[in-house]
Amino acid sequence: MNFGVIVFPGVNCDLDTLHVLREVLGQEARLVWHRETRLEEFDALILPGGFAHGDYLRAGAIARFSPVMEAVRRHAERGRPVLGICNGFQVLLEAGLLPGAMLRNAGQRFICRPVRLRVEATDPTFLAECRPGDLLTMPIAHGEGCYYCDERTLAEMEHGGQILLRYCDAAGRVTSAANPNGSLGNIAGIRSASGRVMGLMPHPERASEALLGSDDGLRLLRSLTQALTPA
Amino acid sequence: MATARITITLKPTVLDAQGEVVCSALHALGFESVERVHMGKFVELELADGDEPRPAVEAMCSELLANPVFEDCRIEIGE
Repeated sequence: MNFGVIVFPGVNCDLDTLHVLREVLGQEARLVWHRETRLEEFDALILPGGFAHGDYLRAGAIARFSPVMEAVRRHAERGRPVLGICNGFQVLLEAGLLPGAMLRNAGQRFICRPVRLRVEATDPTFLAECRPGDLLTMPIAHGEGCYYCDERTLAEMEHGGQILLRYCDAAGRVTSAANPNGSLGNIAGIRSASGRVMGLMPHPERASEALLGSDDGLRLLRSLTQALTPA
Repeated sequence: MATARITITLKPTVLDAQGEVVCSALHALGFESVERVHMGKFVELELADGDEPRPAVEAMCSELLANPVFEDCRIEIGE
Protein backbone atom coordinates (compact mmCIF):
# COMPACT_ATOMS: atom_id res chain seq x y z
CA MET A 1 0.00 0.00 0.00
CA ASN A 2 1.13 3.50 -0.72
CA PHE A 3 0.39 5.95 2.11
CA GLY A 4 0.27 9.72 2.02
CA VAL A 5 0.83 11.49 5.35
CA ILE A 6 -0.59 15.01 5.09
CA VAL A 7 1.48 17.76 6.70
CA PHE A 8 -0.05 21.14 7.51
CA PRO A 9 2.19 23.78 9.07
CA GLY A 10 2.26 22.98 12.78
CA VAL A 11 1.73 19.23 12.46
CA ASN A 12 4.31 17.36 14.58
CA CYS A 13 3.36 13.67 14.47
CA ASP A 14 4.16 13.22 10.80
CA LEU A 15 7.57 11.65 11.32
CA ASP A 16 6.37 9.18 13.96
CA THR A 17 3.56 8.16 11.64
CA LEU A 18 5.95 7.79 8.71
CA HIS A 19 8.33 5.74 10.86
CA VAL A 20 5.64 3.23 11.81
CA LEU A 21 4.36 2.92 8.24
CA ARG A 22 7.82 2.45 6.70
CA GLU A 23 10.00 0.84 9.37
CA VAL A 24 7.48 -1.18 11.36
CA LEU A 25 4.93 -2.06 8.66
CA GLY A 26 7.23 -1.97 5.63
CA GLN A 27 4.86 0.19 3.58
CA GLU A 28 5.50 2.80 0.90
CA ALA A 29 4.78 6.14 2.48
CA ARG A 30 5.71 9.77 2.05
CA LEU A 31 4.92 13.13 3.52
CA VAL A 32 2.50 15.33 1.57
CA TRP A 33 2.81 19.09 2.08
CA HIS A 34 -0.55 20.82 2.47
CA ARG A 35 -0.17 22.70 -0.82
CA GLU A 36 -0.13 19.54 -2.95
CA THR A 37 -3.33 19.02 -4.90
CA ARG A 38 -2.90 15.59 -6.55
CA LEU A 39 -3.20 12.51 -4.37
CA GLU A 40 -4.07 9.85 -6.95
CA GLU A 41 -0.83 7.96 -6.29
CA PHE A 42 -1.93 7.02 -2.76
CA ASP A 43 -4.02 4.07 -1.63
CA ALA A 44 -4.64 5.54 1.81
CA LEU A 45 -4.16 8.89 3.52
CA ILE A 46 -3.33 9.70 7.11
CA LEU A 47 -3.83 13.11 8.69
CA PRO A 48 -1.45 12.96 11.67
CA GLY A 49 -1.47 14.76 14.99
CA GLY A 50 -0.07 18.13 15.92
CA PHE A 51 -1.23 21.74 15.94
CA ALA A 52 -2.06 22.52 12.33
CA HIS A 53 -2.06 26.30 11.84
CA GLY A 54 -1.50 26.68 15.56
CA ASP A 55 -5.08 25.51 16.23
CA TYR A 56 -5.97 29.15 15.59
CA LEU A 57 -9.71 30.01 15.81
CA ARG A 58 -10.56 26.33 16.46
CA ALA A 59 -8.45 23.19 16.11
CA GLY A 60 -8.55 22.18 12.46
CA ALA A 61 -10.56 25.25 11.44
CA ILE A 62 -7.91 26.77 9.18
CA ALA A 63 -6.35 23.53 7.94
CA ARG A 64 -9.52 22.52 6.14
CA PHE A 65 -8.96 25.37 3.68
CA SER A 66 -5.52 24.12 2.68
CA PRO A 67 -5.25 23.26 -1.03
CA VAL A 68 -4.73 19.56 -0.23
CA MET A 69 -8.13 19.16 1.43
CA GLU A 70 -10.07 19.13 -1.83
CA ALA A 71 -7.93 16.19 -2.94
CA VAL A 72 -8.47 14.50 0.44
CA ARG A 73 -12.19 14.87 -0.07
CA ARG A 74 -11.98 13.39 -3.61
CA HIS A 75 -9.85 10.52 -2.30
CA ALA A 76 -12.53 9.64 0.25
CA GLU A 77 -15.31 10.01 -2.34
CA ARG A 78 -13.45 7.51 -4.53
CA GLY A 79 -13.80 5.05 -1.66
CA ARG A 80 -10.18 5.09 -0.52
CA PRO A 81 -9.47 5.19 3.20
CA VAL A 82 -8.61 8.32 5.19
CA LEU A 83 -7.47 8.12 8.82
CA GLY A 84 -7.34 11.22 11.02
CA ILE A 85 -5.32 10.96 14.23
CA CYS A 86 -5.88 13.54 16.98
CA ASN A 87 -5.43 16.90 15.19
CA GLY A 88 -6.11 15.03 11.96
CA PHE A 89 -9.46 13.95 13.42
CA GLN A 90 -10.17 17.59 14.27
CA VAL A 91 -9.38 18.65 10.68
CA LEU A 92 -11.72 15.98 9.28
CA LEU A 93 -14.50 17.14 11.63
CA GLU A 94 -14.11 20.78 10.62
CA ALA A 95 -14.01 19.73 6.96
CA GLY A 96 -17.30 17.89 7.39
CA LEU A 97 -15.78 14.53 6.39
CA LEU A 98 -16.77 13.23 9.82
CA PRO A 99 -19.84 14.29 11.85
CA GLY A 100 -19.69 16.31 15.06
CA ALA A 101 -17.06 18.55 16.57
CA MET A 102 -14.28 18.64 19.17
CA LEU A 103 -14.45 20.87 22.21
CA ARG A 104 -11.92 21.73 24.86
CA ASN A 105 -11.35 18.98 27.44
CA ALA A 106 -14.00 19.24 30.13
CA GLY A 107 -11.31 19.44 32.83
CA GLN A 108 -9.64 22.30 30.92
CA ARG A 109 -6.26 20.55 31.10
CA PHE A 110 -4.09 19.11 28.36
CA ILE A 111 -3.94 15.38 29.08
CA CYS A 112 -1.05 13.20 28.06
CA ARG A 113 -1.30 9.58 29.22
CA PRO A 114 -2.23 6.08 28.08
CA VAL A 115 -5.92 5.25 27.92
CA ARG A 116 -7.91 2.07 27.44
CA LEU A 117 -10.26 1.88 24.53
CA ARG A 118 -13.04 -0.56 23.88
CA VAL A 119 -13.77 -1.60 20.32
CA GLU A 120 -17.46 -0.98 19.69
CA ALA A 121 -18.05 -2.22 16.16
CA THR A 122 -16.62 -4.44 13.47
CA ASP A 123 -14.83 -2.54 10.76
CA PRO A 124 -13.10 -4.21 7.82
CA THR A 125 -10.98 -1.18 6.91
CA PHE A 126 -9.59 0.13 10.17
CA LEU A 127 -10.27 -2.56 12.76
CA ALA A 128 -10.03 -5.78 10.78
CA GLU A 129 -7.87 -7.29 13.53
CA CYS A 130 -10.34 -6.41 16.28
CA ARG A 131 -13.67 -7.64 17.52
CA PRO A 132 -16.25 -5.67 19.50
CA GLY A 133 -15.29 -5.84 23.15
CA ASP A 134 -11.54 -5.96 22.51
CA LEU A 135 -9.53 -3.59 24.68
CA LEU A 136 -6.70 -1.50 23.26
CA THR A 137 -4.16 0.67 25.07
CA MET A 138 -2.89 3.83 23.37
CA PRO A 139 -1.74 7.24 24.56
CA ILE A 140 -3.72 10.44 24.24
CA ALA A 141 -2.14 13.86 24.20
CA HIS A 142 -4.68 16.61 23.69
CA GLY A 143 -6.34 19.68 25.11
CA GLU A 144 -9.37 19.61 22.82
CA GLY A 145 -10.57 16.03 22.74
CA CYS A 146 -14.10 16.36 24.05
CA TYR A 147 -16.25 14.94 21.25
CA TYR A 148 -19.65 16.54 20.75
CA CYS A 149 -22.56 16.15 18.37
CA ASP A 150 -26.28 16.79 18.60
CA GLU A 151 -28.77 14.11 19.59
CA ARG A 152 -29.87 13.36 16.06
CA THR A 153 -26.31 12.85 14.85
CA LEU A 154 -25.55 10.63 17.83
CA ALA A 155 -28.62 8.48 17.12
CA GLU A 156 -27.65 8.17 13.45
CA MET A 157 -24.10 7.17 14.36
CA GLU A 158 -25.23 4.60 16.87
CA HIS A 159 -27.73 3.21 14.40
CA GLY A 160 -25.12 3.03 11.67
CA GLY A 161 -22.39 1.46 13.81
CA GLN A 162 -20.20 4.52 13.29
CA ILE A 163 -18.90 4.68 16.84
CA LEU A 164 -15.73 2.58 16.73
CA LEU A 165 -13.88 3.24 19.99
CA ARG A 166 -14.91 4.39 23.47
CA TYR A 167 -12.77 5.26 26.47
CA CYS A 168 -13.11 2.57 29.12
CA ASP A 169 -11.47 1.35 32.31
CA ALA A 170 -9.11 -1.59 32.67
CA ALA A 171 -12.08 -3.94 32.91
CA GLY A 172 -13.62 -2.58 29.72
CA ARG A 173 -16.40 -0.64 31.44
CA VAL A 174 -17.38 2.60 29.73
CA THR A 175 -17.78 4.90 32.74
CA SER A 176 -17.46 8.62 33.37
CA ALA A 177 -14.41 7.92 35.57
CA ALA A 178 -12.78 6.35 32.52
CA ASN A 179 -13.59 9.38 30.36
CA PRO A 180 -10.50 11.60 30.24
CA ASN A 181 -12.00 14.59 28.48
CA GLY A 182 -15.80 14.67 28.80
CA SER A 183 -16.48 13.23 25.33
CA LEU A 184 -20.13 12.47 24.65
CA GLY A 185 -20.68 8.79 25.35
CA ASN A 186 -16.93 8.35 25.98
CA ILE A 187 -16.46 8.47 22.22
CA ALA A 188 -12.78 8.20 21.23
CA GLY A 189 -13.05 7.17 17.58
CA ILE A 190 -15.69 7.23 14.85
CA ARG A 191 -16.07 6.53 11.17
CA SER A 192 -18.05 8.23 8.46
CA ALA A 193 -21.36 6.89 7.18
CA SER A 194 -19.45 5.72 4.08
CA GLY A 195 -17.10 3.74 6.28
CA ARG A 196 -14.03 5.03 4.47
CA VAL A 197 -13.04 7.83 6.84
CA MET A 198 -12.05 7.27 10.45
CA GLY A 199 -10.98 9.66 13.17
CA LEU A 200 -9.64 8.92 16.62
CA MET A 201 -8.10 11.09 19.32
CA PRO A 202 -5.61 8.50 20.69
CA HIS A 203 -2.30 7.98 18.90
CA PRO A 204 -1.89 4.54 17.33
CA GLU A 205 1.48 5.58 15.90
CA ARG A 206 2.73 6.01 19.50
CA ALA A 207 1.56 2.50 20.34
CA SER A 208 3.11 0.53 17.51
CA GLU A 209 6.26 -0.78 19.17
CA ALA A 210 6.09 -2.82 22.38
CA LEU A 211 9.29 -1.14 23.56
CA LEU A 212 7.31 2.11 23.87
CA GLY A 213 4.64 0.57 26.06
CA SER A 214 2.02 -0.85 23.74
CA ASP A 215 1.74 -2.09 20.19
CA ASP A 216 -2.06 -2.13 20.13
CA GLY A 217 -1.95 0.74 17.68
CA LEU A 218 -0.48 -1.64 15.13
CA ARG A 219 -3.77 -3.52 15.02
CA LEU A 220 -5.37 -0.41 13.57
CA LEU A 221 -2.55 0.64 11.24
CA ARG A 222 -1.87 -2.86 10.00
CA SER A 223 -5.57 -3.33 9.27
CA LEU A 224 -5.35 -0.28 7.04
CA THR A 225 -2.44 -1.79 5.10
CA GLN A 226 -4.64 -4.70 4.12
CA ALA A 227 -7.76 -2.74 3.31
CA LEU A 228 -9.10 -3.35 -0.15
CA THR A 229 -9.07 -0.13 -2.12
CA PRO A 230 -10.95 0.62 -5.31
CA ALA A 231 -8.94 1.64 -8.35
CA MET B 1 -16.27 52.06 6.64
CA ALA B 2 -18.40 49.67 8.68
CA THR B 3 -17.46 47.57 11.65
CA ALA B 4 -18.96 44.19 12.43
CA ARG B 5 -18.70 43.04 16.02
CA ILE B 6 -19.33 39.34 16.42
CA THR B 7 -19.77 37.49 19.68
CA ILE B 8 -19.41 33.73 19.41
CA THR B 9 -20.77 31.61 22.23
CA LEU B 10 -21.41 27.96 22.89
CA LYS B 11 -24.87 26.67 22.11
CA PRO B 12 -26.93 26.28 25.27
CA THR B 13 -26.89 22.48 24.90
CA VAL B 14 -23.11 22.36 25.17
CA LEU B 15 -21.33 22.17 28.52
CA ASP B 16 -19.44 25.40 29.18
CA ALA B 17 -16.71 23.83 31.28
CA GLN B 18 -14.47 26.87 30.96
CA GLY B 19 -17.32 29.07 32.20
CA GLU B 20 -17.82 26.81 35.20
CA VAL B 21 -14.13 26.86 36.07
CA VAL B 22 -14.01 30.66 35.85
CA CYS B 23 -17.15 30.90 37.99
CA SER B 24 -15.54 28.74 40.68
CA ALA B 25 -12.42 30.86 40.53
CA LEU B 26 -14.47 34.07 40.98
CA HIS B 27 -16.20 32.52 43.98
CA ALA B 28 -12.82 31.54 45.42
CA LEU B 29 -11.82 35.20 45.13
CA GLY B 30 -14.89 36.18 47.12
CA PHE B 31 -17.19 37.30 44.30
CA GLU B 32 -20.17 35.31 45.54
CA SER B 33 -22.72 37.27 43.55
CA VAL B 34 -21.72 35.59 40.27
CA GLU B 35 -24.31 32.98 39.44
CA ARG B 36 -23.13 31.88 36.01
CA VAL B 37 -20.29 32.57 33.59
CA HIS B 38 -20.46 32.18 29.81
CA MET B 39 -17.15 32.25 27.99
CA GLY B 40 -17.10 33.20 24.33
CA LYS B 41 -15.02 34.68 21.55
CA PHE B 42 -15.07 38.17 20.15
CA VAL B 43 -14.27 39.03 16.54
CA GLU B 44 -14.24 42.53 15.13
CA LEU B 45 -14.21 43.02 11.35
CA GLU B 46 -13.38 46.34 9.70
CA LEU B 47 -15.22 46.33 6.39
CA ALA B 48 -14.71 48.48 3.33
CA ASP B 49 -17.72 50.53 2.25
CA GLY B 50 -20.07 48.73 -0.08
CA ASP B 51 -23.30 46.79 -0.06
CA GLU B 52 -25.21 46.03 3.10
CA PRO B 53 -22.63 43.92 4.95
CA ARG B 54 -24.86 41.74 7.12
CA PRO B 55 -25.42 38.85 4.66
CA ALA B 56 -21.69 38.57 3.99
CA VAL B 57 -20.89 38.69 7.70
CA GLU B 58 -23.47 36.00 8.40
CA ALA B 59 -21.84 33.84 5.73
CA MET B 60 -18.41 34.46 7.28
CA CYS B 61 -19.78 33.28 10.60
CA SER B 62 -21.37 30.11 9.28
CA GLU B 63 -18.44 29.20 7.03
CA LEU B 64 -15.46 29.97 9.23
CA LEU B 65 -15.76 32.12 12.30
CA ALA B 66 -18.13 29.84 14.20
CA ASN B 67 -18.70 26.11 14.04
CA PRO B 68 -22.48 25.75 13.80
CA VAL B 69 -22.30 22.32 15.42
CA PHE B 70 -21.62 23.87 18.80
CA GLU B 71 -21.45 27.67 18.47
CA ASP B 72 -23.92 30.54 18.04
CA CYS B 73 -23.13 33.99 16.66
CA ARG B 74 -24.43 37.42 17.57
CA ILE B 75 -23.64 40.09 14.97
CA GLU B 76 -23.72 43.86 15.45
CA ILE B 77 -22.99 46.11 12.49
CA GLY B 78 -21.94 49.65 13.28
CA GLU B 79 -19.73 52.52 12.17
